[in-house]
Amino acid sequence: MANDDVHGPDNPGRRRFLTATTAVVGAVGVGFAAVPFIKSWNPSARAKVAGGPVTVDISALAEGQQLSGLAWRGSPVYVARRSRAMLATLSEMDSRVADPKSQNTDQQPRYAQNEHRSIKPEILVLIGVCTHLGCAPEFKPEVKPEPFDPDWKGGYFCPCHKSKYDLAGRVLIAQPAPANLAVPPYHFEGDNTIVIGVDPSSSNSAGAA
Amino acid sequence: MSNILTRTADNVMDWVNARAPNLMPTYRKHMTEYYAPKNFNVWYYFGSLALLVLVNQIVTGIFLTMHYKPSAAEAFDSVEYIMRDVDWGWLIRYMHSTGASLFFIVVYLHMFRGLMYGSYKKPRELVWLLGMVIYLVLMAEAFMGYVLPWGQMSFWGAKVIISLFGAIPVIGTDLTQWIMGDYIPSDATLNRFFALHVIALPIVLLLLVVLHLGALHEVGSNNPDGVEIKKGPKGNRWSPSAPTDSIPFHPYYTLKDLVGVGFFLMFAAFVIFFIPNFGGLFLEHDNFTVANPLVTPAHIKPVWYFTPYYAMLRVVPSFFGIKLWGVLVMFGAIVMLFLVPWLDRSPVKSFRYRGKLSWFMLLLFALCFVWLAKIGGGPGTDPKEAIVGRILTGLYFVFFLTMPIWTKIDKTKPVPERVTTHD
Repeated sequence: MANDDVHGPDNPGRRRFLTATTAVVGAVGVGFAAVPFIKSWNPSARAKVAGGPVTVDISALAEGQQLSGLAWRGSPVYVARRSRAMLATLSEMDSRVADPKSQNTDQQPRYAQNEHRSIKPEILVLIGVCTHLGCAPEFKPEVKPEPFDPDWKGGYFCPCHKSKYDLAGRVLIAQPAPANLAVPPYHFEGDNTIVIGVDPSSSNSAGAA
Repeated sequence: MSNILTRTADNVMDWVNARAPNLMPTYRKHMTEYYAPKNFNVWYYFGSLALLVLVNQIVTGIFLTMHYKPSAAEAFDSVEYIMRDVDWGWLIRYMHSTGASLFFIVVYLHMFRGLMYGSYKKPRELVWLLGMVIYLVLMAEAFMGYVLPWGQMSFWGAKVIISLFGAIPVIGTDLTQWIMGDYIPSDATLNRFFALHVIALPIVLLLLVVLHLGALHEVGSNNPDGVEIKKGPKGNRWSPSAPTDSIPFHPYYTLKDLVGVGFFLMFAAFVIFFIPNFGGLFLEHDNFTVANPLVTPAHIKPVWYFTPYYAMLRVVPSFFGIKLWGVLVMFGAIVMLFLVPWLDRSPVKSFRYRGKLSWFMLLLFALCFVWLAKIGGGPGTDPKEAIVGRILTGLYFVFFLTMPIWTKIDKTKPVPERVTTHD
């Protein structure tokens, strides 16, 4: 038989080589065959389209108020109008927050990396997802002793694991949450219309569609 | 007449045995000729009860899939449809939801039995490891099952647990989107969790159970005395080669287990018929509201069997801007359990023959676990509770990490040659 050369005890190295190469080629094949199955778990084309930009009218938004019920890519989005007094608390909070200068650049676009973390100082736009484990923090704008903090200066409080943020969404020191609340890409179209999901400089959406 | 029936049955058996000659030997090896120590006590009910609950989950689960709709738009309503409109649907669903909690009660008692009698020690390390893998798969199975009714706690529980993977540096965000198939838990997430819950994980679970029992029957069961009956005298009334201190699993332990099954089913029936929610522990109140991605429930907590680990996650703060620590501690707590066979340096197996120090540590561990469960299930607003939680988490790890020391220095009592109840 032709296989006698391969099976012969005088050539074990050749047999081992053939077995090993066959196994390696097989493993590579399995690896490639697994790719479609793994990729099928990625957000589908439909999910990506549904994550497109969202337009918000803020003409009725009063000082100290926050629009509720907004969503972008399925996550809650907060749009709040801060009063001058509220903006004044931000510099007081610098010593109590973990990242006062917003140096973690993952958490906001460059145009929101400033003391008020926004394009217009009074209008705050945030993704309402706690950076700890993804709950929606609550808007607690009043300066008053709260059950969770007797020295509360106003801000956001996460009901799940009690993380605290100030009125610019900056996380306080020693909280479960590791980072400031994220600012989504957004820009203004006129004075009272915000488009969430699109940067100001470009007309393309920021990776949404 | 009976003659014909017996003869026919015998002929059928012969026909099968001629074609599947390993069938009867396999049955004998695992049932009538599996010789188990004769001194099993109540703690030994929980293995067979776990198997009973597994069968219950599979049977009731199959019937639930006949009415359940795995889509975000229809899931919640289809569960209510099962509860209200499907004949006996409420019973099947409550059997399944109560079964999930009973599964963990039984498994936790089964694991505590293993710890108490040193059932993980040589030569049963593999039995313990396979059991721990079963525990992990069971947690994944239970978590995904809890997402399916698509209530508020389904959604927010899923969100919190999936975002744990987001704590992994660099790949975190992409990984969570890959798991969810979207930017938040959504229809895609629900649909794939359904597939995993009803097909993928049950198959894995069944395979692991077979391996767990196979590994056990290879080395033989431990017992409350921790005595190796295979090293004792040989020969009893069933077999000259079986250990003297053993009895055949069938019919002796099958019958004994039936008594346990009877008591267990009474408890199960009481829960199913009178308090299926178990005061919000087995089915949480918030899960009777349909999932809403824009409104967080006031108090997100997992079902009771995950709360000890959830408490650890919650009380560990983030250091250096990294939130991974709580996640690492939580998974580390489970890794510790895997390592027990190699952490225990005691010369004796059973705690019956160990000293006061070992008992103190074991009960301290149990206390930490239960207390952490209570903290993890609570609102978590009390800052004092976070301190207590950190201490308990620390003690939980002290139990495991110092185990090589306290098992070594603790005084032991002499272990008898044979099980204490031999005649």
